[in-house]
Amino acid sequence: MTTLRNQALSDALARAEPAGSVGAWRLRVERLHAYFGRVHAVRGLSIAIAAHRITAIIGPSGCGKSTFLRCLNRMHEVVPGARVEGRVYLDGEDIYAPYVDPVTIRRRVGMVFQRPAPFPTMSIYDNVAAGLRLAGVRDRRRLDEAVERSLRQAALWDEVKDALGKPGTSLSGGQQQRLCIARALAVGPEVLLMDEPASALDPASTSKIEELARTLRETLTIVIVTHNMQQAARVSDNTAFMLAGELVEYGPTPQIFTRPGDHRTEDYVTGRFG
Amino acid sequence: MFRSQVGREAEALLLPPGGARPRRWADRTFRGALTAPGLVVVLLVAWIAVELTGAAMPAIRRFGPAFLWTSRWDPVHNVFGALPFVYGTIASSVLAVVIGVPISLGVAIYLAEIAGARTARLLSCLIELVAAIPSVILGLWGIFVLAPWVRTVVEPPLAAVLGWLPLFSGPAYGIGLLAAGIILAIMVIPVVSSVSRDALRAVPQEQREAMYALGATRWEVIRHAVLPYGRSGIIGAIILGFGRAFGETMAVTMVIGNRPQIAPSLFQPAYTIAAALANEFSEATSDLYLSALVEMALVLFAVSLLVNGAAQWLVSRMTRA
Repeated sequence: MTTLRNQALSDALARAEPAGSVGAWRLRVERLHAYFGRVHAVRGLSIAIAAHRITAIIGPSGCGKSTFLRCLNRMHEVVPGARVEGRVYLDGEDIYAPYVDPVTIRRRVGMVFQRPAPFPTMSIYDNVAAGLRLAGVRDRRRLDEAVERSLRQAALWDEVKDALGKPGTSLSGGQQQRLCIARALAVGPEVLLMDEPASALDPASTSKIEELARTLRETLTIVIVTHNMQQAARVSDNTAFMLAGELVEYGPTPQIFTRPGDHRTEDYVTGRFG
Repeated sequence: MFRSQVGREAEALLLPPGGARPRRWADRTFRGALTAPGLVVVLLVAWIAVELTGAAMPAIRRFGPAFLWTSRWDPVHNVFGALPFVYGTIASSVLAVVIGVPISLGVAIYLAEIAGARTARLLSCLIELVAAIPSVILGLWGIFVLAPWVRTVVEPPLAAVLGWLPLFSGPAYGIGLLAAGIILAIMVIPVVSSVSRDALRAVPQEQREAMYALGATRWEVIRHAVLPYGRSGIIGAIILGFGRAFGETMAVTMVIGNRPQIAPSLFQPAYTIAAALANEFSEATSDLYLSALVEMALVLFAVSLLVNGAAQWLVSRMTRA
């Protein structure tokens, strides 16, 4: 079943992509199970995430989409009682192999959360530099460069360049979220995971974040969890629909939204439930 | 509030005719009955302040503010300067905080960040029990166990290594400032650790995860995300501990040596305001002597109120935000 679905997926992607890019998977997930204590949140999910694409994960609340996302950078296990089974390959390397340090994985797979959470005691500059400092970067010039580059990438530089010393919490909600994106980018990740990054923001800030995701895809692979189907349709290249911890359907976004193959996907995207 | 939402017609339906009035009356009485005790407490504090100030007036008039920074305490000649007591109080409290805070923070971090839920609950309970030990008992333990231990085990090596510092110079007495500091630290740990634990627990999970997501280890998450976020709550906890050490009387009286002197060495005896009040009230023979003691009480009272007020303000700001 799983292999069949993956086969169908790569066929679909092969049709959607220019020849030669089919093999460019950044992440491959095989039979992933995630638990919170006794709760079985993700049930044997397999999926491949294409490099330099935006992959949206949609589904009703409680379907396990956030938990799934948090398994991709070993964030799930931070919660007490959480457990993961299965394999996740990042560029062919199993991130759950016993010798792998989750810290190095989290540097390669960054994350942006639902609610912007800048570190309140740090300035804008220090917020962005935090990850690099953790990695041991002390050189002021390198830090300056990285802070400016990341803030530019996050489309925030022009708004804050004269106020880098101000607290990160002095910014508006939308700016704070872009600050958090800049903070994640500063470490130089290959993949950026976004967990409903705009659900706490106003429409103008939301569209800024979406625009940003579109430009970031040049340099990164993005996986975005959203309950907002318009958002998934607007920003993503591929969409996966999850239900009750399982992957129901996965394919190029236009196909999922216009010609879904599964009646449950159709029910969901047409707003019949969820 | 509810009534205004439903409107008059509904009110008419909900309440039987004539039923509203007695109920309101009962309500008002009830509220009054509960407000009164609250007011009584506030009045009591104000009354104490007034009484203390009144009784301290002769000493305040006689010695002025210099009372606080002169160190001659001479009941025979009716000359009173409170500096040795002020010094002893501050020094023993600072010592208690210096010794107790690192331990308390370790405990708080362990309870909030590392221990499992069941261990944390059990350990919190045990630590809070320490606060329930009557201070006389701690004082007795101080005299019979702590002071000899300090004299034979703690002070000689300190003097050997750090004896060139005035702080650790002189003969090892056991009974003295250091013993008082350790006893007070034990009494301060339950307060500081449980309040800081609550401050750390109030740190949103998002802050921890944001730090993890940048590639932080568990220690780095605590160091760079949890502790800075909980900073004001921890400072509040420390001040609260300071306030606790400040006013503590019995245990300190029993181990500090009760000698009104300002010695540079921690091994020397000292005296605190609270200890002096407890010891000397019964033997205050002249009116001025009594008044001088009351003035010290007033100082202790005012400082305790300020310190505890500041601490509670900091802690509540933290846990509310």
